[in-house]
Amino acid sequence: MRQRYSIFSLARNALGFHRNWQRVWRSPPLRDAYDVVIVGAGGHGLAAAYYLAHNHGVTDVAVLDRGWLGGGNIARNTVTIRSNYLRDESIPFFAKSVELYKGLSRELNYNLMFSQRGMIDVVQTYPRLRDLTRRMLAMDIHGSTYRRISVAEVRRRIPPLTGGGPDARMPIIAAMVHPDAAVARHDAVAWGLARAADSYGVALHQNTPVRSLLRGPHGGISGVETERGTIRANKVAVAVSGHTTTITETAGLRLPLKSYNLSAFVSEPVKPLINVVVNCPDIGVYLSQSDKGELVVGGETDPQQSFRRGIKEAVFEDAAAAMLDLFPSFKRLKLLRQWGGCLDFAHDASPIVSATDIPGLFVSAGWWGGFKAVPVGGLTLAHLIATGRPHPLIEPFSLKRFERLEFILESGTTSTR
Amino acid sequence: MLTIPCPWCGDRHESEFFCGGAYEKARPARPETLSDEAWVDYVTVSPNPAGPLVERWWHQRGCGLWFFLERDTLTHDIRPLFDGEDHEPR
Ligand SMILES: Cc1cc2nc3c(=O)[nH]c(=O)nc-3n(C[C@H](O)[C@H](O)[C@H](O)COP(=O)(O)OP(=O)(O)OC[C@H]3O[C@@H](n4cnc5c(N)ncnc54)[C@H](O)[C@@H]3O)c2cc1C
Ligand SMILES: [Zn+2]
Repeated sequence: MRQRYSIFSLARNALGFHRNWQRVWRSPPLRDAYDVVIVGAGGHGLAAAYYLAHNHGVTDVAVLDRGWLGGGNIARNTVTIRSNYLRDESIPFFAKSVELYKGLSRELNYNLMFSQRGMIDVVQTYPRLRDLTRRMLAMDIHGSTYRRISVAEVRRRIPPLTGGGPDARMPIIAAMVHPDAAVARHDAVAWGLARAADSYGVALHQNTPVRSLLRGPHGGISGVETERGTIRANKVAVAVSGHTTTITETAGLRLPLKSYNLSAFVSEPVKPLINVVVNCPDIGVYLSQSDKGELVVGGETDPQQSFRRGIKEAVFEDAAAAMLDLFPSFKRLKLLRQWGGCLDFAHDASPIVSATDIPGLFVSAGWWGGFKAVPVGGLTLAHLIATGRPHPLIEPFSLKRFERLEFILESGTTSTR
Repeated sequence: MLTIPCPWCGDRHESEFFCGGAYEKARPARPETLSDEAWVDYVTVSPNPAGPLVERWWHQRGCGLWFFLERDTLTHDIRPLFDGEDHEPR
């Protein structure tokens, strides 16, 4: 790291009127060849670049983004990090990610504002309670924690949760606590990883849209065509979240992915009110309070395929109405901002981190709720690129599973339904 | 908020409809004659364009009709495609 951050560097730079801070990462000239090209400077692309350099000594790497670094879904999510999944393949994978997140601020010398505050699932139907109980038992095997609490306990822990009483249309019947769950500052994750990757010599190129993948005479990947010219590379990883098919189809690769729009909104800042992530899966809304005091609220997916990055009024209305059902006092809150992102969803709702039929081409996709998976997704993608073999944690998440119709049907992927 | 053109009822609010997803190639008449790759492709892969997409819609809380339309996944522009009798997109 060219410039380490600490209380001393802060004090020194304060005395210098903050005029001597160095740039956080370079903007090197674009070369026409690299060992590895990563398409997409979101969480997963940047984490892969960082771990390629840090764990495998692979530093001749270019990360290309069509826009600015960290302007995609990494900047648009509601920052929930959790490992309450159902499948034997998923739980260890996401539990590893939570563990990596814990040490990442120190490792990157960058404050990710990681806060392991826990999550509470508010349960309003018996089928949900059965599903979550089943998840609890599965998680128990893999060392992730989930625990049932009473209605009185959940009301004590979340004071504004005053709706859903015995006379309500859907009374609260129980709740589950997931103490491992956390939040972190999303932009900081992108910036911290970018800074660390850059310090190893990885080249970050913003405003460099990739138009198509290029294949050599023997069918293997030979590089990418960008709006700034051709770049040669024998290894290319596609980590463009939501837009995966638009790139892989340029090389004739069809993938079992569909893109959808997910959106969120925030309220005006208020005093500390809720100190956990609250998820209400039966009515389709979840929320947490940011350090600034804003309530960050997410709802359902827009049900039709979409590449849009706004919020649809119908979806917004449903989420707001659902929130008011359980938190009637929030009626007086003003909402400040709303936005959306385009994410892709695999046929079985599990992620894909995989080599492909095209030699040298790797994909990291199907990241629905992929903010929580940024460290482990990057770690395992880097392992795959560097060694050519899947990391044991992602072996089940290869594209091969579709060929054998061995789906990893996951009920823990969306926090709502 | 989308306005969906039902061939029977006319323009109605999106919330009355269920989107049946992308219209894919028709189900193979004799699946047992397909190669494994072709069958896996039929089962798992469906169109995902950033642009116009042909979809099936169901007027679930209305007249109950299933019909086709083309919707742009970037702009939400909608083009009716109903062909009256044979229920296949034009
Ligand atoms: C509203 C919302 C709430 C969410 N909440 C959560 C949550 O609480 N917890 C959680 O774990 N996850 C959540 N997610 C999901 C999470 O944000 C994503 O799964 C994750 O960010 C995707 O991985 P990424 O960071 O690599 O993607 P991105 O940040 O989207 O990175 C992909 C990059 O690829 C670039 N790109 C695209 N096309 C091209 C091209 N042709 N050439 C070059 N570059 C290109 C884009 O510009 C973008 O920067 C949420 C998402 C949304 C939208
Ligand atoms: Zn109708």
